[in-house]
Amino acid sequence: MPIDILMPALSPTMEEGKLSKWLKKEGDTVTSGDVLAEIETDKATMEVEAVDEGTIGKIVVPEGTEGVKVNSVIAVLLGEGESADAAAAAPAKAEEPAKAEEPAKAEDARSEQEQPAAKQTVPAAPKAEIAADPDIPAGTEMVTMTVREALRDAMAEEMRRSPDVFVMGEEVAEYQGAYKVTQGLLEEFGPRRVVDTPITEHGFAGVGVGAAMTGLRPIVEFMTFNFAMQAIDQILNSAAKTLYMSGGQMGAPMVFRGPSGAASRVAAQHSQCYAAWYSHIPGLKVVMPYTAADAKGLLKAAIRDPNPVIFLENEILYGHTFEVPKLEDFLLPIGKARVHKKGKDVTLVSFGIGMNYTVKAEAELAKLGIDAEIIDLRTIRPMDIPTVVESVKKTGRCVTIEEGYPQSSVGTEIATRVMQEAFDYLDAPILTIAGKDVPMPYAANLEKLALPSVQEIVDAVKAVTYTA
Amino acid sequence: MATRAKKSPARSAQTSAVKAPKPAEFTKDQELEAYRHMLLIRRFEEKAGQLYGMGFIGGFCHLYIGQEAVVTGMQMSLKDGDQVITGYRDHGHMLACGMSARGVMAELTGRRGGLSKGKGGSMHMFSKEKHFYGGHGIVGAQVSLGTGLAFANRYRGNDNVSLAYFGDGAANQGQVYESFNMAALWKLPVIYIIENNRYAMGTSVSRASAETDFSRRGISFNIPGFQVDGMDVRAVNAAGDEAVAWARAGKGPIILEMQTYRYRGHSMSDPAKYRTKDEVQKMRSDHDPIEQVKNRLVEKGWSTEDDLKKIDKEVRDVVADAADFAQSDPEPDASELYTDILL
Ligand SMILES: Cc1ncc(C[n+]2csc(CCOP(=O)(O)OP(=O)(O)O)c2C)c(N)n1
Ligand SMILES: [Mg+2]
Repeated sequence: MPIDILMPALSPTMEEGKLSKWLKKEGDTVTSGDVLAEIETDKATMEVEAVDEGTIGKIVVPEGTEGVKVNSVIAVLLGEGESADAAAAAPAKAEEPAKAEEPAKAEDARSEQEQPAAKQTVPAAPKAEIAADPDIPAGTEMVTMTVREALRDAMAEEMRRSPDVFVMGEEVAEYQGAYKVTQGLLEEFGPRRVVDTPITEHGFAGVGVGAAMTGLRPIVEFMTFNFAMQAIDQILNSAAKTLYMSGGQMGAPMVFRGPSGAASRVAAQHSQCYAAWYSHIPGLKVVMPYTAADAKGLLKAAIRDPNPVIFLENEILYGHTFEVPKLEDFLLPIGKARVHKKGKDVTLVSFGIGMNYTVKAEAELAKLGIDAEIIDLRTIRPMDIPTVVESVKKTGRCVTIEEGYPQSSVGTEIATRVMQEAFDYLDAPILTIAGKDVPMPYAANLEKLALPSVQEIVDAVKAVTYTA
Repeated sequence: MATRAKKSPARSAQTSAVKAPKPAEFTKDQELEAYRHMLLIRRFEEKAGQLYGMGFIGGFCHLYIGQEAVVTGMQMSLKDGDQVITGYRDHGHMLACGMSARGVMAELTGRRGGLSKGKGGSMHMFSKEKHFYGGHGIVGAQVSLGTGLAFANRYRGNDNVSLAYFGDGAANQGQVYESFNMAALWKLPVIYIIENNRYAMGTSVSRASAETDFSRRGISFNIPGFQVDGMDVRAVNAAGDEAVAWARAGKGPIILEMQTYRYRGHSMSDPAKYRTKDEVQKMRSDHDPIEQVKNRLVEKGWSTEDDLKKIDKEVRDVVADAADFAQSDPEPDASELYTDILL
């Protein structure tokens, strides 16, 4: 059957071009790979190659023609024993326009273009059902421990449970962790599973993702998340997107963990909070615990999670002590907020170190007769907005608290979504308390000013409750 | 099995600089200059350590004690207009560049008279006037930046060179090699000074580096390099002279591995379990850069103990004055919170 040779596209956006020159004439025999013609646009020139063998039966578009539409027939190729007349009569089989990798698919692609496309609507984003926290059996012993110890125990327990879990990072092994979070792990698990890396964040983050793609369960420690900026490409472009790009075949079941946010007087390059940054990225989960129990239960869950989890800790919280239930296997659900304290007058939403200010502010507010409810978000992505909305429906007022920068912050995300889902319940605008919109200054007085304060929260609550 | 790369013929054209030159012969004046500068750094750092202990300095504070000969010898090879950039262990570099002891110390205490108005702190200080481009807290970042300083020099067609200092640990960062490639490709006048003090925090060089001879780190880019006794200010200076001449002549980048040692912990909070007290003591007693100069001055009869005591006194006065200033100078005004973010 005669084959139509079509005007190829040089780029996905090309619509038409000039057929500048024919290199074959009617009657010439051609084999695949022969250059048939040259075409050009204002941007580029290109050679049209034959895909099939045959004889040029008819040149439909003469050389020098401008404005030749993509996919229009420029010539007809005849097989053995076929005539040019037959070409005119029979419906021609289309030839792949340019040198293509999969000529067989070309037909389908084209027929799709010709038919009016079936109207596609954007499906609703799926809503994950996230289980509530497990019940702690009555009589469970509570152990007082630091957040640091809770994190260490979580890793140790998961490493005992699965031989695929390993820790890597700078100073995690022999030095016992720059902030001593991996204390004792080298002794118990040895250097094969507790791996000291050189100072090469981008490299070892990539090594971790690669290992995770084969099914291992790396815990990649960043000495602080400020240094993860060296590695952010591997975190975003490799870890977060592989599952989608591979059509679900493989992903990066791993944890990136380390302290995020200000410590004390470590200035602009060592003080940034990355909660909002990572929360922007589909394909990641982002956890930022406050209490030791949450740190333990959520880190264990993060290590078991089949997805890349960004686990943001805080240097100041490492030394804080909390009660942790002594259970065989204490897991908490990622994506579930925790009502830290019930109240009826205003909803305070915070997470991580932000809770430190919030808890203190709540005590101040109680003295003023304001009964605040505190929600500890615990997970930034997926964000448990239903728990916040439920609270706001009761209180009608909401203030968010975090240490990160104010623009495009976790608080502004909460404010937007509460406004969309509970507008009618709000009695005042939602106020967002954040770090100041400045790089962290070193001077003690300026650092203090740059961070949120208990007073700012109290003032915001007074404003939204109209008790100022 | 890995074998050491053989010198290729293509490289041999550049190997003229690959042998470390002999230590420079210092005149009396040069010895005295080096002595004074190194002593200033030593005494300044000792005082900074004290002020940290008293709570006047916060955050991270990385002392340069033990490594004084490196910046001192290199600075003696520079001319006005040459640029310097380094990491967070930067107090010595700033003093060597001629930045005022008061300005550096007041920055350490976060006061308004500090070189960054108290906003940068120990790791982040700059001086346009002295061509000092920081003071960087992110390990390795200064290597690309220093390469950029050299790019600007070549772009402008001036004959300035830039010095990019970084540590043995920093030498493993990827951007170091991206920079090496560009610097060699474009023949940029940059001198890469690897201050190999044997440790990156608690990690010894051999635990972090496949190639522990850092002077060879430029081989695949055809960047020549050599190892230098970084405890001997004369050796540093001779290497500096040669490297500066090389870069200034338009031959491109060059690498100097300075073999040095830090006496103190990585920062103020360092348990220092990764090395023995003996190791530190041996470096101090056998290789101290300041003692070396002092001994030569006395042996040659160029200075008496009294002359040297007088210098020590003068240096101590400068440091005491800086410390007084740094403690009495007020904190920055609150209005500074929102300044210097954008122009
Ligand atoms: C990108 C990055 N990763 C990690 C750190 C934390 N850190 C600060 S200094 C340091 C060790 C660097 O050692 P080296 O380069 O040998 O310099 P030295 O401290 O010995 O002068 C580390 C890991 C950092 N500041 N930046
Ligand atoms: Mg070092």
